Formats: sequence, C-alpha cells, structure tokens
Amino acid sequence: MILLERLAPELLTAAPLLVMRHVSKRYGPVVALEDVSATVWPGEVLGIVGESGSGKSTLLRMMNLEDTPDAGDYTLALPEVPGNLFALDRFARRQLCARRIGIVYQNPHQGLLMGHSSSGNVAERLLMAGERRFATLRARARDALDVSEFPLNRMDDPPRLLSGGMQQRVQLAKAIALEPALLLLDEPTTGLDVSVQALVLDTLKRLQRDRAITMVIVSHDLGVIRTMADRVMVMRRGRVVEEGLVDQVFQDPQHPYTQELVHAKL
Amino acid sequence: MPNFERGSVVLQVDGLAKSFRMHHLGQNLHAFDHVSFTLRAGEFLLLKGPNGVGKSTLLRTIYRSYLPQAGQVWFSHGAGRIDLARAADVDIALLRRREIGFVTQFLIARPRVAAEDIVAEPLRKAGMSAAEALDQARHWLATFGVKRDLWRAYPTSFSGGEQQKVNLARALILPPRLLLLDEPTASLDVGARAAMVARLADLKAVGVAMIGVFHHPGDVAALVDRDLVLMAKEVDDVAV
Repeated sequence: MILLERLAPELLTAAPLLVMRHVSKRYGPVVALEDVSATVWPGEVLGIVGESGSGKSTLLRMMNLEDTPDAGDYTLALPEVPGNLFALDRFARRQLCARRIGIVYQNPHQGLLMGHSSSGNVAERLLMAGERRFATLRARARDALDVSEFPLNRMDDPPRLLSGGMQQRVQLAKAIALEPALLLLDEPTTGLDVSVQALVLDTLKRLQRDRAITMVIVSHDLGVIRTMADRVMVMRRGRVVEEGLVDQVFQDPQHPYTQELVHAKL
Repeated sequence: MPNFERGSVVLQVDGLAKSFRMHHLGQNLHAFDHVSFTLRAGEFLLLKGPNGVGKSTLLRTIYRSYLPQAGQVWFSHGAGRIDLARAADVDIALLRRREIGFVTQFLIARPRVAAEDIVAEPLRKAGMSAAEALDQARHWLATFGVKRDLWRAYPTSFSGGEQQKVNLARALILPPRLLLLDEPTASLDVGARAAMVARLADLKAVGVAMIGVFHHPGDVAALVDRDLVLMAKEVDDVAV
C-alpha cells in the first residue's frame, strides 16, 4: 500500500539536538544495528520500542558513546563538540558524557556504586565535572535527589539498602545533577511494581514538563512509550521499521511487525 | 482571545483517501476516498453519515493520528500553508500545541496532576503567568460544572462525566485556529452540554474553524453553517 512521503520540517525552526546517521554495528556474525538514523529536537521525547535483541539498547549505548559503530556518525548540537562524536578519544568522550549526557539504566548496578551512599553516588558525577567544595557537592546532590522525588532522610543510605524504585531515583538524580542536554533512559521502569513504575514515570514527566529536558527512552513496554514519548521509532533486528508520532504509530501502525506489537498489547 | 480573520480559508481538503492495511488478514479496510471540502475561519461544519462510514476516521486523518493514502490537507497557519497529509511529524506536533485542537470523549488523565493544573496547562505553555492561568482554569471548571472541591483532586479517580468536563475545559480554554470535535458531548449531562455549546459559540465568534461529529446534533444546530455528508465511498458537500 502506498503512503504519502513525509516532508522535511518547515515550521519548526529549531535545529535538531541529536543527529545520528547511517549507524551500523556487528558483533561477530550478529547484526546489532543496520543503517539506523535518528533525529531528536530540543525538548522532545523520542521513544524506541522493539523486542529483546532488536538493537534498541545498543542504539542507546551508542548515543551514550559507550561503543563505536562500524559505520555512521553522530552529532550533538553543543558548542564544545562540533563534528562526529564517534571520532572523539576516550577521555573526550568521558568528559562529554559526564557533563552533557545523563543515563538511567534498567539495572541500577550498571549506573551506581551499590555500597556507597546515595548522595555520594550523585556527587561523584559533580566531582567528575570539577566541583571540589564539599558543601556545594552535598547541596547540589541533595537538590538533584529532591527533584527526583527521593526521600531525603535516606540520602546517606547506600543503594543496596533501597527499594528498586528508590534506586532508579538515585540514578535519575545522578543523571540530571549537571542538567544534561540529553537524558537517556534504558528501560527505566522495567522490573518495578506497577504502582512504583507509575510514580517513577510521573517524576520523569514532571521533569520533562518543568525543565523541557530532551529525552530518549527505550522500552519494550508500549504503555511506557505512550505515556512518555512525543515520537517513536520501532526497531526490529537492528533496523528501524517504522517511525512517527506516538498516537499515529499506535493507532495506525503501518509495518506488519508494528501491527503485531500493537495488537499484542493488553 | 485571539481573533482569526473571518472568511479566510483555514483548511482545504482535496481528494483525501484513507484505508487501513491489516497485514495479519492480508486485507485492506476501506474508510473513505475522494473527500474534498473547504473550511473558513469562523465556520462550523457538521459531519454526518451513517455509523461506520468514517466520520471519526476523517477527523483523525486530518489530525494525522491516521496516515492518509492520497490527497492533500492544506492548513493555513499564520505565515503560509502546509499540507498536513505530508508534513513532518515535528511540524504536526508543533501545530497541535499551537493551532489545531482535537476534542474527544476521552480524557487522557495523568497520575498525580490536579484537575485545575491539567486545565491550566495550555495557558502556561502559551506563556501566561501561573496565577492568571489557574484563575482562568478555575473559571472554566466552574462553567462546565465541576464542583469546587474537585478542582485540586486528581481526575484519574473521577467518573466518566466529570473527566469529560475537565477534558473540555482544557481543550477549549485556548482558541485554536482549527478545532476538531469527535462526539465531545457523549457522556455529558444537560448543563455541561449547554456550557460547551455556549463556549463553541464564543470560539466561532472569534473565528475558530470547526468540524465536528455530534451524538446530539440538535445541541449545535444554531452554530452549524454547513453539513458534510460522508457516504460510503464518496462525500458530498451540501449547503444548508
């Protein structure tokens, strides 16, 4: 069935914040990403859905500069880093990620030191960016935890003593402590109780509304994407099979795989 | 309230067609084709036709929740015109925030957001001060008959009818250039229906262009300029 080709933006005058073009990555014989392109505009939330192994988390890790693709380039519209970010060395990548990109992983072990205090975990991010004054570190860590709706009477407890929902709030506080240009969320609520999941999503929505943080959120849960995202990319076997406004992709899916995904939802 | 230049063309739909491909059945589901009409500022178009003929589908296709197969949907914004059938997703998102409203019978309630904040949000996004936006939000909640003690409560726990009042107050608080109405009165009591019709009359007076499907078309009879009758496989634009 023929669909009308969509035009380039005419009304939106802002330049995109994130542009990824023709990114491909293989791990041995496994194709993780195949010619993936993505564009994210300032203040919007891009959702990425797909089943396990679709490449959605690999793509997010590329956005966080944790890996380098076989082909493709990646730019963020930030004055200090013109050009392809995949060409940066390890030191420059670390600096950029610490200052400008925040990430929340599904598994808090990936993002946190589980035995250190929660406030210390958040302060570590500030230390990496050069802040050395103890009082400032503590005050800013406290603010970030507060904005993430973490109970402050527990800010000195280590994450290993906290519930799953609270651990995600510590990750979130760490991710936003430096007010990043880009916030990446990798299945941030997967594995949490439904009621806790709703509260964490609500915190994210509130942050998005109050601060207009640009976000990319990966989830296999269509409900999470529907709640959070403005636009969505559907991935399968390392490729983007469909892309559009969230209500359009969920109400009028075009690709056979997207139709299956939408119809399978309870 | 803004004032849109009455009589200027807001929407020009040419040869619009929509069908759904159902891959698991290997079938196409036909909705409509060859739909053409023009809508001007301050005009109110009533969509009519038998059940299942595609009235809601047409509204959703104009709003771009559905992707059309053919045709053009020329929308005139302040500085030119754009084909909604082909516009970039981010442009559609922008227009939905500023220029094109859509009212359905369903409220998308968000957890832990008070009714008055949901209603005030469009005004806040348009740059109004928090106090003034809240003031107006309360005015419209009262007008649609939401009791004062519910204003600060979360609508997730409201009944269907009360949710719909919050939905309407939010959707109609800021006049869009184009307003799409998909059975907005379905679950409303008589008082709220009357308040909504009065609000639609205000919007019409400032030049908002409207297309609607109504459960009780009698409610809006005084506002209707023309009927658009959707028939199986074709559409006729009939003057009243």
